[in-house]
Amino acid sequence: MAAAGAGRLRRAASALLLQSPRLPARELSAPARLYHKKVVDHYENPRNVGSLDKTSKNVGTGLVGAPACGDVMKLQIQVDEKGKIVDARFKTFGCGSAIASSSLATEWVKGKTVEEALTIKNTDIAKELCLPPVKLHCSMLAEDAIKAALADYKLKQEPKEGDAKKK
Amino acid sequence: MLLRVAWRRAALSVTVAAGPRPAVPNRGLRLRVIDNAPQSAVHCDAAAASEAESGLRPLYMDVQATAPLDPRVLDAMLPYLINYYGNPHSRTHAYGWESEAAVEHARQQVASLIGADPREIIFTSGATESNNIAVKELEAAIQPDTSLVSIMTVNNEIGVKQPIAEIGQICSSRKVYFHTDAAQAVGKIPLDVNDMKIDLMSISGHKIYGPKGVGAIYIRRRPRVRVEPLQSGGGQERGMRSGTVPTPLVVGLGAACEVAQQEMEYDHKRVSQLAERLIQKIMKSLPDVVMNGDPEHHYPGCINLSFAYVEGESLLMALKDVALSSGSACTSASLEPSYVLRAIGADEDLAHSSIRFGIGRFTTEEEVDYTVEKCIQHVKRLREMSPLWEMVQDGIDLKSIKWTQH
Repeated sequence: MAAAGAGRLRRAASALLLQSPRLPARELSAPARLYHKKVVDHYENPRNVGSLDKTSKNVGTGLVGAPACGDVMKLQIQVDEKGKIVDARFKTFGCGSAIASSSLATEWVKGKTVEEALTIKNTDIAKELCLPPVKLHCSMLAEDAIKAALADYKLKQEPKEGDAKKK
Repeated sequence: MLLRVAWRRAALSVTVAAGPRPAVPNRGLRLRVIDNAPQSAVHCDAAAASEAESGLRPLYMDVQATAPLDPRVLDAMLPYLINYYGNPHSRTHAYGWESEAAVEHARQQVASLIGADPREIIFTSGATESNNIAVKELEAAIQPDTSLVSIMTVNNEIGVKQPIAEIGQICSSRKVYFHTDAAQAVGKIPLDVNDMKIDLMSISGHKIYGPKGVGAIYIRRRPRVRVEPLQSGGGQERGMRSGTVPTPLVVGLGAACEVAQQEMEYDHKRVSQLAERLIQKIMKSLPDVVMNGDPEHHYPGCINLSFAYVEGESLLMALKDVALSSGSACTSASLEPSYVLRAIGADEDLAHSSIRFGIGRFTTEEEVDYTVEKCIQHVKRLREMSPLWEMVQDGIDLKSIKWTQH
């Protein structure tokens, strides 16, 4: 009798285990803890990926980070005669959050003047992308990339003293 | 005493009957459950759930992290989770006797997989506890110059097989204890504790398609290896590991070991074929891919590849419907890249570009092909987004650049 009971119970348990969904699949396919959908969006629908002519006088190029650190960002801006940033491009070797941070940075600098672009803070980038604390350094590198691009542009505008910066 | 023996025999026959072993195991089994959204997505956007991914789960290519339960193991465990719930240390009634019989049967199954005597197997909560017991033995050494050598049999990150038999030979000739953490090796490559002169071995249940929360430590009896127990209590497991032995888990471990022994040759051949397929397809379609680890002394199911100029975590994000792992810093909580890759002398930027592909008993050819196809597609895409790839295409030597420190 115990065996029969065990058999019935076992069949019921098997049915429960194998036929019902174990977890809502959504939880696994988009682990919200790790990849916020805004971060994924910057990879799946990239905007401003590419390069501008770095020899042009109107283009500032910022290259920050190091391959040994797992994070390298190249951010370029094109500025018109009135000092307004009309175009921006980026390329990044880094994690999803790094790609998203640099991508967002190019979106935000467009349409700003050179002075306004200096006010972009890493905390704003991190807040917009909902970056977890462990990924905050990605937003800091993006801010550094903007500043490096602006510095490079400013250097190029100076009266010709030496060679243009080659990086 | 006679009654106990009779009960043991009866219990064993019940165990065998309750777990019907299919003649041809279902090797293509992969638990892809379609989520019928409405009843489960109670508290969140059901609309998003239905439009996202049609409810399919990612492919699983991370067997080094953990492995699914083999259905034959579940069959063996179920009676002990439902009806046969006795404490194996209860000596006075049938519940205890049948539970004890199951534990001893499992012990025999584990022992026969590694060529040991059942009296040399102690059940623990996992390979980590086993490692701790083994290493603590060093502190309990009687002579001041006794020492211990502890080596991983198969590395979990790059799949390299250590020359265990040679190391065992050296240790026994120098009278030094030899411990090996065989979590990734047991049931996958042939191991014999006597041929390889192993004194202590750690075994993990969930790495060999058994349940989580259980493992074992092999402790040699001849010549006797003395260990200090980590936890004290009722003196179970010959005083080496107090605590009630969890019968269902231990039965699962035993069944996993027995299945592994039966399937080892077939699995190894199949996993090797799939691994070869994966590597060849990727190397043929992508330049600048490096395989980490010794190609000769290597367990085929653990493939660690570095895709130059592409960062590992971004590739994992791109391959969102395949479950993989990476040696890059971004995927570890400490932001340190893999110490294993650093130790084998891999370039630091290649350490950040590594991905580990795990091929196991239930991995299918379709899963491998899908993974390869998506991997090639996304590596190409990420390289288009990579400033390093751009510089290399322009002929710049990356090692000559002065990078900014962050």
